[in-house]
Amino acid sequence: MAEEGERAAFSVRTAELIVAAAFFLLGAIVIYGSVRLGAKWDANGPQPGYFPFYVGLIICISSMINFARGLRIRGERNTSFVSTGALRQVLSVLVPTAVFAALVGWLGIYVSGTLFIGLFMRWLGKYAWWKVALIAVGTSVAFFFIFEVWFLVPLPKGPLEALLHLD
Amino acid sequence: MLEIQSLLGGFLVVLTWKNLAFMFVGILLGVIIGVLPGLGAANGVAILLPLTFSLAQQPGGTTTAIILLSCIYWGALFGGAITSILFNIPGEPWSVATTFDGFPLAQKGRAGAALTAAFTSSFFGALVGVLIITFLSPVIAQFALEFGAPEFFSVYLLTFCAFIGMSKEPPFKTLASMMTGFALAAVGTDPVTGTLRLTFGTERLLTGFDFLVAVIGLFGIGEILLTLEEGLEFKGASARIDMKVVLTTWKELPRYWATSLRSAAVGCFMGIVPGGATPASFMSYGIARRFSRTGDKFGTGEVEAVVAPETAAHAAGTSALLPMITLGVPGSPTAAVLLGGLLIWGLQPGPLLFVEQKDFVWGLIASMYLGNIAGLVVVLTCVPLFAAIMRIPFAVIAPIIVFICAIGAYTVNNALFDVWMMVVFGVAGYMFKKLSYPLAPMVLALVLGHAAESSFRQAMLFSQGHIAVFFSNGLVGTLTGLALLLLLWPLVSLVISRVRSAR
Repeated sequence: MAEEGERAAFSVRTAELIVAAAFFLLGAIVIYGSVRLGAKWDANGPQPGYFPFYVGLIICISSMINFARGLRIRGERNTSFVSTGALRQVLSVLVPTAVFAALVGWLGIYVSGTLFIGLFMRWLGKYAWWKVALIAVGTSVAFFFIFEVWFLVPLPKGPLEALLHLD
Repeated sequence: MLEIQSLLGGFLVVLTWKNLAFMFVGILLGVIIGVLPGLGAANGVAILLPLTFSLAQQPGGTTTAIILLSCIYWGALFGGAITSILFNIPGEPWSVATTFDGFPLAQKGRAGAALTAAFTSSFFGALVGVLIITFLSPVIAQFALEFGAPEFFSVYLLTFCAFIGMSKEPPFKTLASMMTGFALAAVGTDPVTGTLRLTFGTERLLTGFDFLVAVIGLFGIGEILLTLEEGLEFKGASARIDMKVVLTTWKELPRYWATSLRSAAVGCFMGIVPGGATPASFMSYGIARRFSRTGDKFGTGEVEAVVAPETAAHAAGTSALLPMITLGVPGSPTAAVLLGGLLIWGLQPGPLLFVEQKDFVWGLIASMYLGNIAGLVVVLTCVPLFAAIMRIPFAVIAPIIVFICAIGAYTVNNALFDVWMMVVFGVAGYMFKKLSYPLAPMVLALVLGHAAESSFRQAMLFSQGHIAVFFSNGLVGTLTGLALLLLLWPLVSLVISRVRSAR
């Protein structure tokens, strides 16, 4: 019996096939878009879709070969792509990161960044609340000074900054 | 010696307090970036690039800006060795080969010697690379002034075919990844006719995909996801370097002069031909093992086995800038980001740079000498500090790095869409790395896509659509021929190995 968390979430073969299929889809979209633009020659030389058309074609052909090679992965060589434990670890960062990226437009980058660092430290690091608050708020304040004050690079701000008249 | 004169002029440009201060800041930042997981040279420079925009506006500011960014690059090259030797975690892909013997040395209690050897040979490799840049780049630039569209396209072709011929990854994966880069570069405005293409009516795609965002996502977020699989804590050997260890190691190093020279040669070659620092370090490790008298002990902690990959990686990393400044063709992802910087500051990389921006070019070259000396001093004295950074728990450092990456992605175009794209590229980077799809060709294609396409279409217009234009004279024919040879190299080597095993 495999240990808890060591079981394969999915195999290398599955991953190879999915990625190859994704490449094929991308190539197909590029080909479709290029043909719509015109991928031939006209009086002015190659049309705008000429170059991307062949690029898309090469993506499709090579992804088909990669797909076929993926199908041949069997038995011993078909190892675990990622174990369930590792996948949980990866998702525990990926999901908060995605939520963080989504919140930036709404709360501004500083507030969502503070929440992101804080919750991350609390959940994954199990730190005491005062440490969490200190580092999360401290980082955002430091970044605020570095970007807004020193380098004069405006970053997205939200309701809190509006309330404090910082924008 | 015109080069020496120009170089002295370059030193005069660099030697101001402001430039020297930015040099040290760059080196320090670079080493920290090289040490931290998820921040590498390429995306570290990419994140800081938008911040240099105001710097570059001042008179002489472009030189200061390139000094800052290139010193981050040197710093990161040095920093990779620290984590490899002390923690057995390669901070950068080109330090993987350094872990083979560096970590065993540290376990034996000889971390100081391993680090000194690594830094010194890095310095030596970089020095050889800079010397080659100093004396070769004016010649190549002079030569390239005569280049027309077909010549430039054949140089691009050679660059991309070299990836297929030289990379360890399966050729069709390299091809798929590279062409995806070209496809993403094609989104937005057509460089020749100005029509919109592949936007599918989405307003957000009007400006296309910015390669800086791709670099930050692929190398930054992707790397963090990969690191997480290994767990949240790093355990490493502690290290202090005192003068005695440095001096005894320096006494030992001249014994490996042959290995150093061979590795530097391999590195320079792989840097100029865009093979890159990573294959160069592996290759020279392999060569050193074959030639060394103690080759069978490699892997158990040999100083010579640290010297070889480090020399080659630095030589390659440095000489990757040669094609960038002379031809506008970067040899590595980081060189590609630096090239993007030049474009943002309003400089046109390529042979004309040596005519129109003499101060800038020679200032950059002079700063490479000084930057590497500064780097050697900084890393030799500050190792405990950098090792302490590695001990910050991942649960604290990871969200801060993601935060920095998000800021970097946003500042490229002041677009929220780019922050989301960064996450998407991050997932892609994670999957690609695990399935050995190479990332470097995708980034280079994304950077060079427009230039490659424009030169191709101009050449085709010029020749009325005859492909023969790429063989129309000796130069262009040789370049195209070499490119095709490299393209078919995986096939050729397969046939050779089949024939050998049949015997």
